[in-house]
Amino acid sequence: MIHEFLGIWNYWIVFILMMIGLYIVIAKKSLLKKIVGLSIFQTSVFLLYITFGKITGGTAPILTSLGDPIYSNPLPHVLILTAIVVGVATTALGLALVIKINSTYGSIDEDEISAIDLVEFHQNFPDRNLPNKK
Amino acid sequence: MKNNDNENLETQENPILRISAKILFTPIILFGLYVQFHGDFGPGGGFQAGVIIASAFILYSLIFGLRKGHELLPPKFNFFLLVMGAFIYGFVGLTTVLMGEPYLSYNVLGSTKQSGQHIGILLVEFGVGLTVSNVMIALFNAFAGFNFKKIKK
Amino acid sequence: MDIILKNLPILVVITPLMMSLVVALSSNYITSWIISCLTTFVTFCFSLGLFFELQNVNLISYHLGNWIPPFGIEYVIDKVSIIPILIISSISFIATIFSIKFMMNEISLNLIPKTYCLWLLAIAGLMGLVTTADVFNLFVFLEISSLSSVALVAMGNKMDKKALTAAYNYLIIGAIGATFYVIGVGLLYSITGTLNMSDLADKLPMLGINKVVIAGFGFMIAGIMIKAAIFPLHIWLPSAYAFAPSSVSVLLAATATKASIYIIARISYTIFGGTFELYAIDDLRFFIILLSILAMFAGTIMAIYEKDIKRLLAHSSVAQIGYILLGISLATSSGVASGFIHLVNHALIKGGLFMSVVAMGYYLQKRVTIYSLSGIGKKMPITFFSFIICGLSLAGLPLTAGFISKLYLVKAAYDSEGVWLCFLILLSSALSLIYLWKMIEALWFNPDDNKDKKVKEIPEIYIPLVLIAFLNIYFGIDATIVTESSFSAAESLLKGINQ
Repeated sequence: MIHEFLGIWNYWIVFILMMIGLYIVIAKKSLLKKIVGLSIFQTSVFLLYITFGKITGGTAPILTSLGDPIYSNPLPHVLILTAIVVGVATTALGLALVIKINSTYGSIDEDEISAIDLVEFHQNFPDRNLPNKK
Repeated sequence: MKNNDNENLETQENPILRISAKILFTPIILFGLYVQFHGDFGPGGGFQAGVIIASAFILYSLIFGLRKGHELLPPKFNFFLLVMGAFIYGFVGLTTVLMGEPYLSYNVLGSTKQSGQHIGILLVEFGVGLTVSNVMIALFNAFAGFNFKKIKK
Repeated sequence: MDIILKNLPILVVITPLMMSLVVALSSNYITSWIISCLTTFVTFCFSLGLFFELQNVNLISYHLGNWIPPFGIEYVIDKVSIIPILIISSISFIATIFSIKFMMNEISLNLIPKTYCLWLLAIAGLMGLVTTADVFNLFVFLEISSLSSVALVAMGNKMDKKALTAAYNYLIIGAIGATFYVIGVGLLYSITGTLNMSDLADKLPMLGINKVVIAGFGFMIAGIMIKAAIFPLHIWLPSAYAFAPSSVSVLLAATATKASIYIIARISYTIFGGTFELYAIDDLRFFIILLSILAMFAGTIMAIYEKDIKRLLAHSSVAQIGYILLGISLATSSGVASGFIHLVNHALIKGGLFMSVVAMGYYLQKRVTIYSLSGIGKKMPITFFSFIICGLSLAGLPLTAGFISKLYLVKAAYDSEGVWLCFLILLSSALSLIYLWKMIEALWFNPDDNKDKKVKEIPEIYIPLVLIAFLNIYFGIDATIVTESSFSAAESLLKGINQ
């Protein structure tokens, strides 16, 4: 039983990281922390790919003159290289948006931002329930 | 954050940091080029090399200030190189199309299939390296050069 | 010439991709607009070329780098993918002609070349999304298109700072969706060892009933459903469309979700079509039908209570996506065909509606609510007339394109599920008349609130606006091209299930 659990420990790490990341994205109010959570979530997927690309005792797939070694599957690594680049782009764009939000709103807290929006909305449309009073 | 162009930061007067940055700058780029050109027959390639080369420029900007970094690599030229890297990738593909083969089929680039693959991978990885390193530098410049004074108001 | 014809599948993707780099380097905004127009026009010509090439063959397969399909990346153009390719290329061409007037109004002039760079990147991403037959390549294009559209939405912050938070939410939710999709792809790759769609379709049924396959399907479809804004996962869509710059709203509303819905059809029929024979899929099908009915009603009711016109149209998009998904999830030949017919028609309808609404808000220089526009229709009769045509088409009145798709959808629903589904479709169509009338009343019958403002027609946008209104009428009278290609698309999609 314990062997079944611990034998796939790397999948457990993937699973735990995934849940931590998703939890941070959903529960935290700070926009910056959400980006951090998103990065953790994406990293867990990278680990998932690397895990099933690994073959026990396999080496890097480079042709050598030394007999016929076992190779690990290189394709997941290539896919993850692409996914990492996508992740960097996502993080950079998200951080840029956070900085821009901070400079226009003066806050990166979700609740404060929606409060500011609500106040402005009522200032702009004070009589929104009575549109045709003219 | 106190000063936008971080001219008066302590790092610039610290001789250890200044001298080690100057010493490290060239070997980092050399190592980056090694990883770059090793990429077509061993571990390495444009992505890794691009990040390594970019780290040399980022280190320079960190130690000597963003203004000196801009003097070393002007932002406009940085953007031009970034676009050129992607262009190299596209043009290698279009060259093979013009030679009558599908997009990115490197085989026709050389006299034999092996040399064709060699040339194709080398060129594409060069474009990738150019783009990645310049994107990294551009990201650093964009975030480090953001005018935080606006927030204070 | 021969070289171009041979390489059409890659050229439709690579032309906007490469030209976006040229546009990024250009310094003048007019130059960047002209280059973008030419690029989208050339892309549209290439797509037409593909369409005519497909009249003789069933399938065009293109091997990138000359690698044989299960190992290399393959691009496939068949009767199914030609429909979204034609929609995206034609609508993006029309939207690009339309865009410059509004870009100059809403975005700082020095940022316009970079905006057009993002614009072309988004189009390239969408074209790649519908062309590729490799599931991981699809993820890359998904992210190219969604990251560039997030940046485009954020460009609206000069007009309204809420564009930033809208773009942020779009980014976070979209990134979670894309990551879910990658998890699904990874699970499928770990047990089949292939990423090619047709190869996956061959290998998945051999595995029998397998938990990994079910989990992979669930992750993939949930991820794409977020991107396609299917009902409970749609919350990013209304604010993203409402706060984006006007021309970006037109482009995104008409093309972005269509590509995602096409991918849902691809995943459920092409990849998993054979596998589903093994499972009792009726429960899943019923669940998706339920979601689409909820989307139809929730979107329509939210639109009825909405005051901001762009948000109202975005809510109505949620409802229309429900119709398309309903057609596709019926899993009969006529059902899937009606889904594709509505896919085409909805792109025309929503493109036209957004175009006319943002044109009416052009001189007000602020966000347009239903009150700030009151009585504006009399000052802009041609724009208002196109708005009416597209609006009637949305409600599904005869002689408009919307009528054709409603007709086929109701017929397909009656054939496969019975009268109750027809009743629900007709009821939600009737409800959509309420918000249409609300808009028409405000725009035409209400007294003019903007007497002091200089409001007049914008002649520069006549060509795209009238063209799209004309297409709405034309496809309502002679819908042979749309229906025929949709039915052949449905047949080739359902081939996997009926084997």
